[in-house]
Order: sequence, then C-alpha cells, then structure tokens
Amino acid sequence: MKQAQAVIQNFAAESRALLSAMEDALLLLEKTPDAPDALNAVFRAAHTIKGTAGIFGFDDMVAFTHVMENILDDIRAGEVSVDSTLIALFLSCGDHCWALLDRIQAGETETDAALRFAGQTLIEQLAAYSVPVLEMSPNTAVRAMEDQPALEPELENIGGDAVSSDTWHISLRFGKDVLRNGMEPLSFIRYLGTIGDIKAMVTLFDAMPGADEMDAESCYLGVEIDFSSSADKETIENVFEFVHDDCTICILPPHSKILDYVRLIDSLPEGKNRLGELLVSGGALTQRELEDGLRLQQSFDEQNNTPTTDEGHAHKLGEILVEQGVVQTELIHAALDKQRVIKEHRAQENSFIRVRADKLDELITLVGELVIAEAGTRLLAQRSGNGDLIESTLSAETLVEQIRDSALKLRMLPIGETFSRFNRVVRDLGQELGKQVELVLSGMETELDKSMIEKISDPLMHLVRNALDHGIESPQVRQQNGKAATGKIYLNAYHDSGNIVIEVDDDGAGLNRQKILNRAIERGFIKADQELSDQEIYKLIMEPGFSTADAVTNVSGRGMGMDVVKRNIEDLRGSVTIDSAEGAGTTVVIRMPLTLAIIDGFMVGVGHATYVVPLDTVVECMELSAEDRAAIRNRSYLNLRDQVLPLLRLRDVFDTSGEAGRRENIVVVQCAGQQAGLVVDSLLGEFQTVIKPLGILFEMLVGISGSTILGSGEVALILDVPSLVQQASTREMQQVTYKQANNPAAI
Amino acid sequence: MSISMSANKSRGKHKRRKVAIDGTMTIYEASAQKEDLLKAFNGVDELEIDLSGVTEMDSAGLQLLVLLKREALRESKQVRLVAHSAASLEVLDVYNLAAYFGDPLVIASRAKAERRRQP
Repeated sequence: MKQAQAVIQNFAAESRALLSAMEDALLLLEKTPDAPDALNAVFRAAHTIKGTAGIFGFDDMVAFTHVMENILDDIRAGEVSVDSTLIALFLSCGDHCWALLDRIQAGETETDAALRFAGQTLIEQLAAYSVPVLEMSPNTAVRAMEDQPALEPELENIGGDAVSSDTWHISLRFGKDVLRNGMEPLSFIRYLGTIGDIKAMVTLFDAMPGADEMDAESCYLGVEIDFSSSADKETIENVFEFVHDDCTICILPPHSKILDYVRLIDSLPEGKNRLGELLVSGGALTQRELEDGLRLQQSFDEQNNTPTTDEGHAHKLGEILVEQGVVQTELIHAALDKQRVIKEHRAQENSFIRVRADKLDELITLVGELVIAEAGTRLLAQRSGNGDLIESTLSAETLVEQIRDSALKLRMLPIGETFSRFNRVVRDLGQELGKQVELVLSGMETELDKSMIEKISDPLMHLVRNALDHGIESPQVRQQNGKAATGKIYLNAYHDSGNIVIEVDDDGAGLNRQKILNRAIERGFIKADQELSDQEIYKLIMEPGFSTADAVTNVSGRGMGMDVVKRNIEDLRGSVTIDSAEGAGTTVVIRMPLTLAIIDGFMVGVGHATYVVPLDTVVECMELSAEDRAAIRNRSYLNLRDQVLPLLRLRDVFDTSGEAGRRENIVVVQCAGQQAGLVVDSLLGEFQTVIKPLGILFEMLVGISGSTILGSGEVALILDVPSLVQQASTREMQQVTYKQANNPAAI
Repeated sequence: MSISMSANKSRGKHKRRKVAIDGTMTIYEASAQKEDLLKAFNGVDELEIDLSGVTEMDSAGLQLLVLLKREALRESKQVRLVAHSAASLEVLDVYNLAAYFGDPLVIASRAKAERRRQP
C-alpha cells in the first residue's frame, strides 16, 4: 500500500510537471498561434496524463483529459482554430486537472460533487468547440466536390479508389549517418521479418554518389517493402524507432488510397517512373492503379496552373512533402507521440534521479558536522607540530571543501521555473485588470538553494502583482503619456559576490514620492519635518499597514503585502531596496545569500573574540600603517588609493574591552557596490563556516548574522556585512558622530 | 580482413583480375576496402571477387559490392562475385540483391567472354 502511495505521488509529481509545461505551451500558443511545438507539447501533456491516469484507474481524470485530447486533435488537424477564449478554456482545464491531482494525492478516490460539476462544465464548453466542426465538415466536403473535385487532394474520397493490395507498404530511406551511429539496417529488416511476412522487397541505392565521392562509412541505402502482417501500425513503426530520427520513413497501411502512393512517389528522391515501376513490381500497386494515380496527379497540376518548369515542380514536391508529413502525422500521431514520450522519458531517466529532499538535507547536515570536525582535527594537527600530519589534514581539508561544495550544489536549482510560473499570473491578472502587460524574463539559469526558491516565490508573487496593479497603467493612460500600450515587467536574477540578486522591474507609473510622504505623516510613521532620502521614503511603503492605493482592488492595495515581502526576505538574511522614477517605473531589488547552510568565511580577531566575515564580501586586507592609525583616531574614513573608505572599528562596534595591540589591520568588504573597511586586531585566515542560527534572544542584534563553532570548540560570531557596510556609509552621510569620529574634516 | 590479389591475366585486350576477401566486411574496414577494391578494379575489364573467406558482412560491406557493380555497369566492365560465404549470401538475401548482381545480361556477356577465350 505504501509503495502504491509512492507511485501515486510520483504520478502526481510527473503530471504536475506536464501541466506546467502545458501551461507554458498554451501561453506561447497565445502569442504565436501557429507554433506546432507548443501545440504538440499541450497535446503530449494531455495524452500522457490520460495514459498514466488510466493505468491507475483514475477514471475522472481519464474522462476529462480524453475530451481535452479530442479537441487538441481537431486543432492539430486544423479543424478548430486557436483563439484566446480557447486558450483560456484550456488553461482552466489545466487548473481542473491540477485540482483532480490534489484529490488523488490526498488519497480521495471519489471526486466530490463541486469538482465534478466544474469538470462537467468545462467538458461542455470544450464540446461546444468540437460540435459545430463535426457538422460543418461534411458540408465543406460536399461543396468542394461540387466545385472542383480534383483540387482537394486532402479529401480522401477523391483520393482515388483504395488499392487492391492487402499488404502494408513501407518506404524507408536510411539516413547517411545510420551506419556511423552504430545502427545496422539489416537488423531492422530482419526484425521486421519476425513480426510479419516480407512479401516483396526492393533495395535502392540511387542516393549513392560516384565511386570517388562515395563515403564507405555513409549509408546510401533505401528499401521499399511490401509487408504482410497482422501487427498494427504502432508495432511496425516501433521497429524503426531507433532510426526514426535519421531516416525518411513512410508506412502505408493496406488498402491505402492510390493518391497516398502517388504522394509517396512524389516525395521520394528517386524518379517518378522508377518508383512507380518498383511499386508495381513489388505488387503494391497494379499498373492501372499507378496510371490512375499519376493521371490524377497531373490533373491537379494542370488545374492549379502549376508551371511544369523545374522550379515549379520542385515547389510542388516540397508542398507534397509537407502534405505527406501532415497525412502521416494524422494517421500515426498516437504512435509517434508515445514513442517521443518514451524517448524523452528515457533521456530524463538517464540524466536525473529522484532523491527525497530530506535525504539531501541529512547529507548537508552531515557535511556541516564533517566540516566542523575537520577543523578540529586540523587545529590539533597544527598544535602537535607534526609536519606529515598537518599535510595530510590539509589534503583532507581540500577534499572536505569539495564535498561541501558539491553537496550544496545538489540543492541548487535554477530560478527559471519559478520565474516562468509568473507568465500565467501576469496574463490572468492583466486580463482581469484590462491591462496589456508583457513579462520579460532573464537570468533564468541563475541557481539558488532549493529551500530559498520555495521561500522566495511568495514574496516575488506579491511584487509582480504589485507591479501589475499599481505600476503598470491602463493602455489608454500609457498612450496618453507617450508610452507603448503594452507595459513591461522585467524579472531578472544574477549572482553577485555570494548573493543572489533578483530584480522586479516595471516601466509603469513609478512611485509618487509626495503621496508616500503624506501618507506616512498621516499614519504617524514619520514626522512632518523629517528629512529623508528618496531611498528611505520608498522604504516606507514596506512598513506594516501602509498603502497608498486610492482604491482597494482585489489584487493588492489592502495595506498588506509589502511588509510581508520585507519580513520574508529578511528571514532569508536578505534585503530589499526600492528605486523609482515617477512616470518611468519602479525597480525592486532583492538581495539574498545563496544558501543558508555553509559559507566560506574569513576569520578575524578582535581582543579575545573571533569573528567571521563571509569571504565573498572580502575585497582585500591590509595592515593599518602607523600614520593612518594616528589619522583615524579623529575621523572614520581613510584615503584608499584616492577613494574615501569609510571605516568601522569592530572594537568599538562591539564594545570590546581592552586596548588594541601594537598592530591593527583593515579588512575591506563590499556589499551592493559600497565598500567599507573593518578595523580589526588580527587576521586569522580562511575558515569553512557552518552557520548556526542565533536564538530568538539575539534576533535583534545588529551587525551579527549568525554564529559558528570553531575547531577548538569556541563560538565565533558571523558578521552581517551588509548591515555593517550600511552602518558605515549612513554614518558618513548622516554625519552621526561616532565615538572617535568627531573630526569636522570628515564631513 | 585482407584482400589478396592474384596476378593479372591478360588474354588479348581483355584484362582480368581476381581478388579474394578474407575476414570481415564491416564499416570498420569499409574505407580501406573501398580503396583496395577500386584500385584492383582500375585498369582491368573484369574483376572476380572471391567471397569465400568473408566471415561477416554488414550494410557498409554490401554497399561496397554494390558500388563496384554499379561502376562496372557504368563502364561496361564486369564484376563477378564468386564462392559466396554463408555470411555474405545472407546479406545479399536480406536485401534481395542476388538478382542485381547475377544480372542475366552480365552472365550472358560473361559467357560470351568465356567463349571468346576458348580457342
């Protein structure tokens, strides 16, 4: 039972992946209605879900996806055209499947009444699409027959009589690289012999060039086979599954229309007459059938006024090739799709394995402990002074470092999947609000810890909805303001010194500085006479209970959201900054550490205490010269290669007792483009830091982001570089006097 | 594999050469065999290929024989396959090409050639 449950979970997970793919494809289809890949993806999703659901006996799911599949079939056949209503309908169908999956996963075998009703409604809506087509098509056919019977080669009733032979006809042209790829045409033909009877076979080598050009390792062979078998088309197709991509294959079922043969003849590279003869000699066609067919073909040419020049002929051939492709797709799409799915499935199986997330977490925890234990060993080795031992611990350290990195990478996922989910959100919301919005995604491949991705998607959702609701104006307003009617929302992600930066950018109305100020004063967040920088004003919108939206829509503006976003991101040790230009748009930048578990640290000593600076933020280290030391007694900046470097004395920041030793050092750190120097007593070198969170008691500590355990068993505090850098630079800006920074020259 | 060549036999203007292929005729040897066979065929009117030593043949090997046969037909020369081994016969059989190689026209002309050789 438990196993069955696991299988069902698997089914649900796979189906969900398919549904997301379907959603993406549908949105693409909406933009470019004639994208066949997208349509195929939608079809594949519906088809595969139906298939697997059938195996497990989820009848509701099967019945529902079956209807979807039927309509999709009609779309692929060109009988139903894709419009935005239909896409919207399919999107709702996807949602319904999602809901059904929820029920299945929850272990409910019966669909409840409400869900069933919803499904029924959707099915009826879908059926509305297929019914008129069913009624129409015979009419169209009749009309076409009356008008110009011979002009409609697609209609099978005009495609000549069925041929008399009761064998399959298989036409194969092997690709040039078949042999090189280790495939042997012989074995396919031999295998074919095992599922039926090869009545006649002709081998062709017309494709083989002259002796000089002929490449002995290329394959130039082709075969025409008349094949008698009770096997179905799928089975026959499957024989050639492995060479399917490399070869031209055409399989005509017994009693195919003469016209199908004519198409086949036309589509193959050898001359018409030669192939015609072959087919006749093989017994696939009788001489009369061939003549009929060719005459029929010729009459098309004449009625279409197709010039019989080479050019015209080539064109015609091309068309027929395409047509032939379509015909073939129609006939065997199920088999083809199944093959493709199996193939893709196989490819995925090869490159991915499913691992339970908690197993991975356990591994990460163990690696964390290993890192700490290893640091202890190294310390002991160093104390013992045994050279060999030190060397061996050093090499162990390198390995542990690699293990740590690869273990952490296991959890890294590209953020793209999260991003592309917003396509749907933006589309639905845009329609609801009557706004035209385009979502532009970039940096999709940027990787982020899995747990972070889960936690960031909600805040991102808030931001995107906000941008849509408050940022982007309605098309009319945009045009009045001289902007394109379609607004744009950009989502971008990139790595920056051990952090991931996610930007949500829109080209909408921007924030109204004055409005925010007024509201903030009204709500008592600030005093009326307070001087604030733009940045600080924009930050106000993230205060709890702050909303400047004049109208509360059901999307946003209820005064909650931005503060939740801020809190969520701060929980991830991240920060949010907002930048805006009125009338031109708003940019929200989220900056977060890549992972929550282990970082490369740089240890520094202040008095007896040890602190860890995340190595990614360290730019350089230098000794504080005697002159500089004297100079900074009175001010808190330093001239570093003609740049002003704000300084922070950690001894002062953390109120460490005692005087500094004879020497002091500066660690130059950088965050969000700003640099600051941390003045410390000693530099202790790199250290792999397993982050241990601080308890609730220390949550409010400024400048400390966590703690770690050193090899000696002592605790070291991890510095929160962003807040320290900010502290240093704000102090500079706001001219706050720090203990020793009271020199007016600093202003 | 190896291709052994017997000395040219010349009767008047008609030049004959016999080669025997031993071992495998697969894609691994195809390039080398193509060169060897074309060289052997060059400058003679008739090439007799002894297939008795062929232990394995694949589509690449078959293509070589087809290539020679086609060249022969194009230049009004002759290629004769003799003493087929089981392996080579099976491939010709699967591809249904026995008739192509054993073209009655070729046989007829060969018979004529034989007759001409007889005093």
